[in-house]
Amino acid sequence: MKKVHIVLLILVAAAIAVLVSFLKTTTTYDTVATAKAKPGKFVHLMAKWDKDEPLEYDAIKNPNYLAFTAIDSLGQKINVVYHNPKPENFELSERLVMKGKYTGDVFECQSIQTKCPSKYKDEDPSRHVPQEDRKTTYNNTPPSVTTGKQ
Amino acid sequence: MNYIGEDLLPGQVGHFFVIVSLVASLAASFAYFKATSVLLPEDRKPWLRLARGAFIIETAAVFFIFAALLHILYHHLFEYKYAWQHSSRSLELKYILSAFWEGQEGSTLLWTIWHCVLGLVVIKKDKEWEAPVMMIVSFAQFFLATMILGVYIFDVKIGSNPFILLRESGVLDNAPVMHVGFDVANPVRPDYMTLIKDGNDLNPLLQNYWMTIHPPVLFLGYASTLFPFAYAMAGLWTGKTKEWVHKALPWALFSVAIFGLGIMMGAKWAYESLNFAGYWAWDPVENASLVPWLMLVAGVHTLLVFKHTGFSLRATFLFFGLEFLFVLYATFLTKSGVLGESSVHAFADIGMNGQLFLFLLIFVWLMPFVAATTKRQRAAIAMAAAALSIGTYFLAEVIPGFPLYVILAGIVTFILLMNKQVPAVKKEESASSREFWMFIGALVLFLSSLIIIFQTSLPVFNKLYKLNTAPGENSEFAYNQIQVLVAIIIGVLTAIAQYFRYKSTPGNLFLKRIALPTFISALVATFILVVIKINYDKEGLGFLINIWVALVAGVYAVVANLLYLFTSLKGNMKNGGGSIAHFGFGLVLVGILLSSGKKEVLSHNTSGISIDFGKGSKEISGENLTLVKGVPMTMGPYKVTYEGDSAHPKKALTYFKIHFRSPSDSFTLYPNAFINYKGNEGLMANPSARHYWDHDVFAYVSALPDPTKNKDTAQFAVSSKKVGDTIYYSRGFIILEKLVGKDNLPLQNFDKTDTGYTASLRVQSINGPSYQSDLLMIKGKGQLLFQSQDTVMAQSLVLQLNDVRNGTAQIGVKESSSVMEYVTLKAYKFPYINLFWGGVIITVLGTLISMRRRQLLNRAR
Repeated sequence: MKKVHIVLLILVAAAIAVLVSFLKTTTTYDTVATAKAKPGKFVHLMAKWDKDEPLEYDAIKNPNYLAFTAIDSLGQKINVVYHNPKPENFELSERLVMKGKYTGDVFECQSIQTKCPSKYKDEDPSRHVPQEDRKTTYNNTPPSVTTGKQ
Repeated sequence: MNYIGEDLLPGQVGHFFVIVSLVASLAASFAYFKATSVLLPEDRKPWLRLARGAFIIETAAVFFIFAALLHILYHHLFEYKYAWQHSSRSLELKYILSAFWEGQEGSTLLWTIWHCVLGLVVIKKDKEWEAPVMMIVSFAQFFLATMILGVYIFDVKIGSNPFILLRESGVLDNAPVMHVGFDVANPVRPDYMTLIKDGNDLNPLLQNYWMTIHPPVLFLGYASTLFPFAYAMAGLWTGKTKEWVHKALPWALFSVAIFGLGIMMGAKWAYESLNFAGYWAWDPVENASLVPWLMLVAGVHTLLVFKHTGFSLRATFLFFGLEFLFVLYATFLTKSGVLGESSVHAFADIGMNGQLFLFLLIFVWLMPFVAATTKRQRAAIAMAAAALSIGTYFLAEVIPGFPLYVILAGIVTFILLMNKQVPAVKKEESASSREFWMFIGALVLFLSSLIIIFQTSLPVFNKLYKLNTAPGENSEFAYNQIQVLVAIIIGVLTAIAQYFRYKSTPGNLFLKRIALPTFISALVATFILVVIKINYDKEGLGFLINIWVALVAGVYAVVANLLYLFTSLKGNMKNGGGSIAHFGFGLVLVGILLSSGKKEVLSHNTSGISIDFGKGSKEISGENLTLVKGVPMTMGPYKVTYEGDSAHPKKALTYFKIHFRSPSDSFTLYPNAFINYKGNEGLMANPSARHYWDHDVFAYVSALPDPTKNKDTAQFAVSSKKVGDTIYYSRGFIILEKLVGKDNLPLQNFDKTDTGYTASLRVQSINGPSYQSDLLMIKGKGQLLFQSQDTVMAQSLVLQLNDVRNGTAQIGVKESSSVMEYVTLKAYKFPYINLFWGGVIITVLGTLISMRRRQLLNRAR
């Protein structure tokens, strides 16, 4: 066996070992119910901001405290606490990917990724329709409906 | 129906040339294929002439497509969906270009146009390899042309047409106002264009000059990766498995330089204008382009080994083959929408998954097809590829992982056939030879790239095997902890490899030559570790030690290559491209380690509620700080004051004036933000930075008061006070200094009997400054006629005078946050970041110098 082959073997073994240990650190995507089912476990919670519930953020009191309610596609709700200001596009986003743990009765969030319909997809064309035209006739359909096929 | 106000010509011209380019690239590919396979030179000539003609037509067509789309954007023809979706009337010209490549179709066009330009260079400069190389290039062009075709065949969508009309794109389908009789079941109204006043606009985050220049350079890089691949395939196709390397080398170096530059321009953009506070986040989109780049670098090194010693030819074929496959895989990842959950900036799915995958699959199986030596093998492979493509369509959902196996089978077949055709050297490399260590280095780079792409591909594995795996708790660290080890090995190899000779080096000669660089590096590294210090303890001591070792390795690479340039190469820059590039690469390593290891958050919140993240967590509770207008706050060594804001003259952009003052320094930053842009509630902030030679200070606005959301719920607290009395509030006290009453007011609308009262108050805050406040109240016949409110902004106080009786004033005090003007800021310090940027530039320049040298050497051959 050549020296190169020995080195190759060692490196490949190391690479496999590294990947196996990487796979052990992976987590899961969860809904509210499944996230609640595993308290203390780090998960990726997929839900959106429930605009009907109050949102608490007062930059004067504490700029690093955001509390709101998230609702997932199954209609389950959860209280979320995030120790940062609102992430960019928070209001626009259709979906939030929240990384964190369910502890006690809140979801302690470490980071939030916002997913926006408008960022790379189409937006509602009525937005560019002059105001007087839209008030009587136009029902505001959610952008996702209009995006469909391109 | 005739629609009013549409200009259909540019779209028709554009789409016509899409079809021309599709046909011409296929014709060019076939003609070049014939030119490579006919035996007699006189038979070759007509095929070559045809092929060249077809490729030139293809190039012209692509330029016409490009021009047509640009025309549509430039003239704001919103009847075309692309213009409506990506631009608006208010966009400056440079952002019209940005809008051009914001969409998938435009970015594909950018890629295509660079293929054409580079292809013309091959036709002009390399008659020897033109036919087989351009056969591959034209074939790739054919696939890119299908991506902007936009036709349906049996419900299967082929490509996405950039010239589709808005009314035909489905965007208007659910908008009743756009339809006859306000009913979506009816056709679109003929005068609908009168309702489309403006486009959707370019995403404000992309309205940045980097968006104008980064994509063209990146796509030039992407396009250039095709050429080392095409040369390698041409070598296998023609059976000239050794001769191609000389011609491929400058191309590969060009690709390393430009592709690397393009990626790093993206990093610079992220660093300067986005606010994830860094230049690299291991986002799948970033990784997907880094991986083929690493493979290219590995390939360049094994190619050099082969040129000098005859070893490593098979590895070179493999690396140059996979390099391009991973470019296609990157395209698949970023354009198929598969990254939905895991990336912040991948494109959304536009229904081209299947086509993108087919593109990848065909090129995977093109490799064994080219590597095969007999007609029977080729026929078998072509049939297998066709069967597997169709099989994938039906079996992908049935057999988990089937598409992956199809890809892997193609690669394995390629390796087997290539090994059969390409001879290997039986002799073993000496451990004291340069080629041995270069090969190890290339291997480490290659494996590191495979590890990165494996980690990046989690969402793909989820799709393939119907899994639900998400990245780990600390997804960036998952990459860093592995790549720091790679950095150690690569750093050391970069330092020492040049001090070995090809074939073998006498032991004492190597030691003699490496002694000085080793000694100087030890001194420099010790200085950095002891004086500058890296104490990055977030991930534990083990990782910190790895950082220290990697830093030593990086310094070693810097010093050893610099010395090599001046001692062994006697400062000859023209021949020193490699050493210059390696010197730059060493700086990149050192820059990464120092800037990331010593990054500081300046805006630590010390006043807010501190949050316990639980034991063992080193998460810092508050990285954002609220600045009330005019009140200095402490951030690290700075006193920071929010002084005010101003608006952009044309755009809905607000600039915030933030003044930093330390004992030795004083400067103002102007971070900006789009607030509620185009009716979209929310904040889109861009940072502002102050650059020094050894560090950057960097701030962005992370929150602003929202007047509509923060309803003023605070109440006035009323107290009766005489002159000289004190009222306390949460942050200080207020003294009533003077109280004056006056009749016969010299004011209109007031009666002679009305009395005006003024109260002079002094507001004394705990932390020093005091403020004067004068309140006015007018009373007539026992009725309150006028009352002024005074706001002491810096103390968030609202004061009013309610009543005066017998020398006693009723004073109302309200503490309210809604009156305050404030910004919440996040501020960072990035030390030694310029080592990183400087290193990147030097690496690119060194690689280009090297490329030039190889070109000149080829000319002399």
